[in-house]
Amino acid sequence: MTVSPDWYLALSAVLFAIGALGVLVRRNVLVMFMCVELMLNAANLSFVTFARTLHDIGGQVLVFFVLVVAAAEVVVGLGLVVAIFRRRANATADDLHLMKG
Amino acid sequence: MLGVTYLIILLPLLGFAVQLVGGRRLGDPVAGGVATAFIGASFVVSVGVYLDLLTVHAPVRTYTQNLWTWIPVGDLQVHARLFVDPLSMTMVLFITGISALIHLYSIGYMKGDRDYSKFFLYMNLFVASMLILVLGSNMLVTYVGWEGVGTCSYWLVSFWFTRESAASAGKKAFVYNRIGDVGFLLAIFLTFDKVHSLEYSTIFANLGSIGPGNITAICLLLLVGVMGKSAQIPLFPWLADAMEGPTPVSALIHAATMVTAGVYLLCRINPLLHASPDAALTVAIVGGATAFVAATIACAQQDIKKVLAYSTVSQLGYMFLAIGCGAYEAAIFLMVAHAFFKGLLFLGAGSAIHGLHDEQDLKRMGNLRRYMPLTFITFGIGWLSIAAVPPLSGFWAKGDVLENTWAAHPALWVVGILTAALTAYYMSRLTGLAFFGKDRWADEVAIDATTDMAGSHHAGGTITEPHESPRIMVIPLWILAFFAAIAGVLALSNNHFSLSHWIDPVFGSNLFDDNLTSTAKLALSSLDAVIAVVGVLVGLRLWMAKAERPSLEGAFLRHSWYINELYDTVFGRPLERVAAFSASVIDPKVIDGGVNGVATAVRRSGSLLRRTQTGYLRNYVLGIVLGTVLVLAFMLTRVWWN
Amino acid sequence: MVGMIGAALAGATGTGHSWVDVGTFVVAAAIVLAGAIGVVVARNPVHSALMLVMTLFGVAVLFVLQRDPFLAAVQVIVYAGAIVVLFLFVIMFLGVDREENIGFEPLRGQRPLAIGLVVLGTTGLLLLGQVSRWTTGAPHVAGVDGGKQSNVYLLGKSVYTTYLFPFEATAALLVIAVVGAVVLARRPPTGANPVTDAPAEAVPAGAMPANAMPAPTEEPASVDAPEPHHEARP
Repeated sequence: MTVSPDWYLALSAVLFAIGALGVLVRRNVLVMFMCVELMLNAANLSFVTFARTLHDIGGQVLVFFVLVVAAAEVVVGLGLVVAIFRRRANATADDLHLMKG
Repeated sequence: MLGVTYLIILLPLLGFAVQLVGGRRLGDPVAGGVATAFIGASFVVSVGVYLDLLTVHAPVRTYTQNLWTWIPVGDLQVHARLFVDPLSMTMVLFITGISALIHLYSIGYMKGDRDYSKFFLYMNLFVASMLILVLGSNMLVTYVGWEGVGTCSYWLVSFWFTRESAASAGKKAFVYNRIGDVGFLLAIFLTFDKVHSLEYSTIFANLGSIGPGNITAICLLLLVGVMGKSAQIPLFPWLADAMEGPTPVSALIHAATMVTAGVYLLCRINPLLHASPDAALTVAIVGGATAFVAATIACAQQDIKKVLAYSTVSQLGYMFLAIGCGAYEAAIFLMVAHAFFKGLLFLGAGSAIHGLHDEQDLKRMGNLRRYMPLTFITFGIGWLSIAAVPPLSGFWAKGDVLENTWAAHPALWVVGILTAALTAYYMSRLTGLAFFGKDRWADEVAIDATTDMAGSHHAGGTITEPHESPRIMVIPLWILAFFAAIAGVLALSNNHFSLSHWIDPVFGSNLFDDNLTSTAKLALSSLDAVIAVVGVLVGLRLWMAKAERPSLEGAFLRHSWYINELYDTVFGRPLERVAAFSASVIDPKVIDGGVNGVATAVRRSGSLLRRTQTGYLRNYVLGIVLGTVLVLAFMLTRVWWN
Repeated sequence: MVGMIGAALAGATGTGHSWVDVGTFVVAAAIVLAGAIGVVVARNPVHSALMLVMTLFGVAVLFVLQRDPFLAAVQVIVYAGAIVVLFLFVIMFLGVDREENIGFEPLRGQRPLAIGLVVLGTTGLLLLGQVSRWTTGAPHVAGVDGGKQSNVYLLGKSVYTTYLFPFEATAALLVIAVVGAVVLARRPPTGANPVTDAPAEAVPAGAMPANAMPAPTEEPASVDAPEPHHEARP
């Protein structure tokens, strides 16, 4: 029995699904953010898998950059979260519904 | 001069432009003088062109002047092109000539009118349109002129539009014309479909390829157009109502020019008529029937202008009778003669009306020969001419028509001769009532609501003594009287002035040759003369002294065979109901409902869609996920199929 | 710890053809999934963060299994070491470590729809993978992976030559992100000590959060125009 790339990709898909479910279901902003990180990791995993099956370094380079950008995104995102939720301790994502049509 | 043929049309158009820009400033009477000058100039140019055309010695004298390419669209190549040949020049000469005289007359007749210059504006435009009609070398240019004269007729008939009867008369004239125009248009479409050209020369050259059924169809459709424009059965009621316009309008448009456009058109398409005997017979029957019916109606009319109007319809019927028999030259002869004497009669009637301060009721005229002798003399020449008393022009012209009818369709000749008798009778009735008898205008008359004069100006009350018209109005009368008298000279063949020598080549072999012996011709002519004189005497005898003879003026005839009532019941009322239905149901519910419904639908769908904008971030993420799932599903279906 | 051992073992036989590989994969996969589910389900956000760390470690192990030790190291250092720590800082700073009521869902239909759609999506994705080939791209596009050189060498060569511009761009992005974060989180200079005192004036973040707070007690007393001048909006 060998570990074929399909397994990794299937795992990546499931991880992504769990991350998506988390974003949809949780109301705490920080937990939602963490679920987004889960999704990013799932993507990274699939990139690396493809890098190996195609014998292409491009996949790993992409993961590298995704990592960097994810870091930057977290920095800015958390800065925003701090700015918005500084006052209220138990503010949730549902409190921001000003764009209701 | 042939090179400047376009000036014939351009000059009246310039007159129109001048009136449009500065007519009001020129005022009464300078505007009239300017308008007349332009028409007069056009007449001079026409004479020049005519003389030039005489020098063309080909068997068929023609000259084509290409002005510009009007519509170059694929197969449809229509040029603004003028076609000069004896037929069109005949029309042009008497159109410009008689128009000039009537313009001159109008300077005096319309004096003091509030819209003086507007009258001449419309008249100039009318003359220009009529000239476009007769000079056009293809059906579309003719149609432009056709529509133009119809429009100007509408404007001129409803010139005094503040009077409700005048406004509705104008509308009626235009609508009846329009119904005829549909026929003309369909003929144009059919012709283009078969021949792919609208030029007369091309059409006549390709008769073989059109096919007999189509030729008959084209002729009949053009006949519908002619019925509208020249007031034949069944589209004639508008002409009587069109008498609401000023008398010069009636003289010019409804006697000499516009109504003869139909005659011109059918003469122009003589190859088509010649190729379709059925259509020609239809034309003849329509003409004969119209002549008779209109004559009977004229016997019972009380308004002087209405008598003349129905008389016009009747004489036009004669012309179409001649065309239907193939006797085009006779039709044109009668047309020219009729233009002179009917124009004269109308202008004379206008003079009488003017002298009596706008009184048109025959029963309230009388003994005018004592007060308006010049009018009486000229009117008398016109009267005897139309009654076909020899040796005036009407005798020769009508005789020509009847001669050809006898040779072609004897049954229609009977109708024709009866109508001739009636013509003599009713014209004598008119003359007797107006110019002879007692001074009825001096009597107090109660308003009789049953007559159709009940709404006229002087119903009730007396009229002051009539006066002769001013010289500017009488001079045209004399000129027209002169021509009405001597136009018979045109009938004489082998003469340098003879009409047949001039115009027969246009028709070539299509012209009907009656092949009658000279004895037969003499017999027919004598019969015509006898009938005419008898009719005149009977009419005068009955109507010179007495003004009321109810037994001879039946209601059926007075109400023109109740045709207006018939049209009202068959077409008017149902259409009114349809219009009411449209206004109350279709317009508010269907059209407004549709338009408003679109707005409402948009609004409602907007409110529905608005519910997706909850403002909650998580709902929006759900939307993204939903979209992704849909895309995945789509990809799956694509992959599965392969 | 377990992950480290597994990584070492896997590194020795990174061909994917032995039972060690399979076992390592299964264990790592289990860790990843358990962590992921933990992130979603945990009521306390601090627990979620820790579960996230577990997931990240699992993913790092999987990276090593794919013969990518450099990225595994970077993953652990950057993601688990920096990003999750940042998360924890913010959680502590804002005091949002209180528990959230998972059972209650205020938005109608959100939860069933979410679960349904996600399940549908995953099934679809897996099906798609089965029905068509998972991998459709062209090989060796960006440069060969594997061979005699080490992974770090290959990665470095690619980043510093072929992908130099994206590299510089992401570097600039990092700087901008840092500056942005500083600006965002700054309080307006009022003289009060930003850490210990409860700030009296309004939140300087702008109109949206101020209006987004529906609870009237917390409504800022004054949100006036001059404030945005002090804050350079990112």
